[in-house]
Amino acid sequence: MTLSSTARSACLAAALGAVSTLGLAAAALPGFAQSAPAAGAVSIDNFTFTPQTLTVRAGTTVTWTNKDDIPHGIAATGNGFTRSKALDTDDSYSFTFTTPGTYKYFCYIHPHMVGTIVVEAATGSNATP
Amino acid sequence: MSESDRDDGVSRRRVLECMTWAGTGVLWTISGGVPHALGIMGEAQAQQAAQQTKSLTFLQLSDSHVGFDKPANPNALGTLEEAVAKVNALPQKPAFAIHTGDISHLSLESQFDDADRVISQTRLDVHYVPGEHDFLDPDQKFYRERYGRGSKGAGWYSFDANGVHFVGLVNVVDLKAGGLGNLGNDQLEWLQDDVKHLSASTPIVLFAHIPLWTVYPDWGWGTQDGAQALSYLKRFGSVTVLNGHIHQVMQKVEGNVTFHTARSTAFPQPAPDTAPSPGPMKVPDDQLRTMLGITDVTFKQNEQRLAIIDSPLKT
Ligand SMILES: [Cu+2]
Repeated sequence: MTLSSTARSACLAAALGAVSTLGLAAAALPGFAQSAPAAGAVSIDNFTFTPQTLTVRAGTTVTWTNKDDIPHGIAATGNGFTRSKALDTDDSYSFTFTTPGTYKYFCYIHPHMVGTIVVEAATGSNATP
Repeated sequence: MSESDRDDGVSRRRVLECMTWAGTGVLWTISGGVPHALGIMGEAQAQQAAQQTKSLTFLQLSDSHVGFDKPANPNALGTLEEAVAKVNALPQKPAFAIHTGDISHLSLESQFDDADRVISQTRLDVHYVPGEHDFLDPDQKFYRERYGRGSKGAGWYSFDANGVHFVGLVNVVDLKAGGLGNLGNDQLEWLQDDVKHLSASTPIVLFAHIPLWTVYPDWGWGTQDGAQALSYLKRFGSVTVLNGHIHQVMQKVEGNVTFHTARSTAFPQPAPDTAPSPGPMKVPDDQLRTMLGITDVTFKQNEQRLAIIDSPLKT
């Protein structure tokens, strides 16, 4: 509630920037991506998932953290991954994505909140989940 | 101002118009589908008007969020107690109450226990419908065990009082990605059947947590199949739709249908498009109680009139 619309636009712009940077790094430097820690983060702030689209390598554990004063809940749009319990303020939920694919999800309490996790194939023998 | 041509949701200007109604206490009546605003009045005056009607008066409580303790209101149970004290001080005791959901904040048994303990001090029969915060326990069973007796599906039902037909609907389960509130086909079919046998002169009161009309879809404030539900009620001369969820008073009249949302007893939420998100709104401490409150509704027999009075906890 403390962010102005301008500040929020800036947040979104920053988030979009982060996504494209990540995509670029993964494409240009596969060796680097492989050895990076297999963790990804999505923050839930002002009823928005940031980044809206997160791209990770297979085997990555993605953690959602609720920064709002209202609970949220994570559910896959299909049956792509296990649904979280209701996340109160500062609660987190983690899921490890082992299978490449595009996972769309939403908040099952506030379904207008949607996001996507893109899981890319891990390359190299040490990346097999 | 013409109301009948507005069937496309709420424009921004319309929202602002709506908000000007959120005054100290608004009494307005419907006669033949035409709204007559009797003006913004003080609480005493509003209660006097209610007393003059000799018919059914019932209370609406909403969005108690028992367990909420964030900066917007560190003690939601305390303000619920204040609301109950206000109910008990009403000069005319309501016949019963409806609660339009979000009884608890996180569906914990202790939160439902606290809510029940405080609300029971009104000594009123309370007809509940659930909010999305009442289905957060892992098995989604506490709400139905406590409040769902005799109801269908996730908790919908109807009853009659003083010739008025009341329908409690559930639009907070099985929500779809990217969507709004959801009634679902089973409930819609049940509703169609439930009102089929009624005469067109029967006043209808529909109540549900999320607004059945589209208030502000960007914040999920609407019900995707709400229009379908309302289509079953076209032949009725008087339909009143009472909702919660948005923690502020909004009213709209469309033909024979009056839409109204009640204040929360826990915390206010911003008006559409005035904040980055619909989350709890922190206001100065001395203003909080002017933005929380209760609603009472009076139906005047023979006149087909419904008067809706919103009273804040503090003026
Ligand atoms: Cu949510």
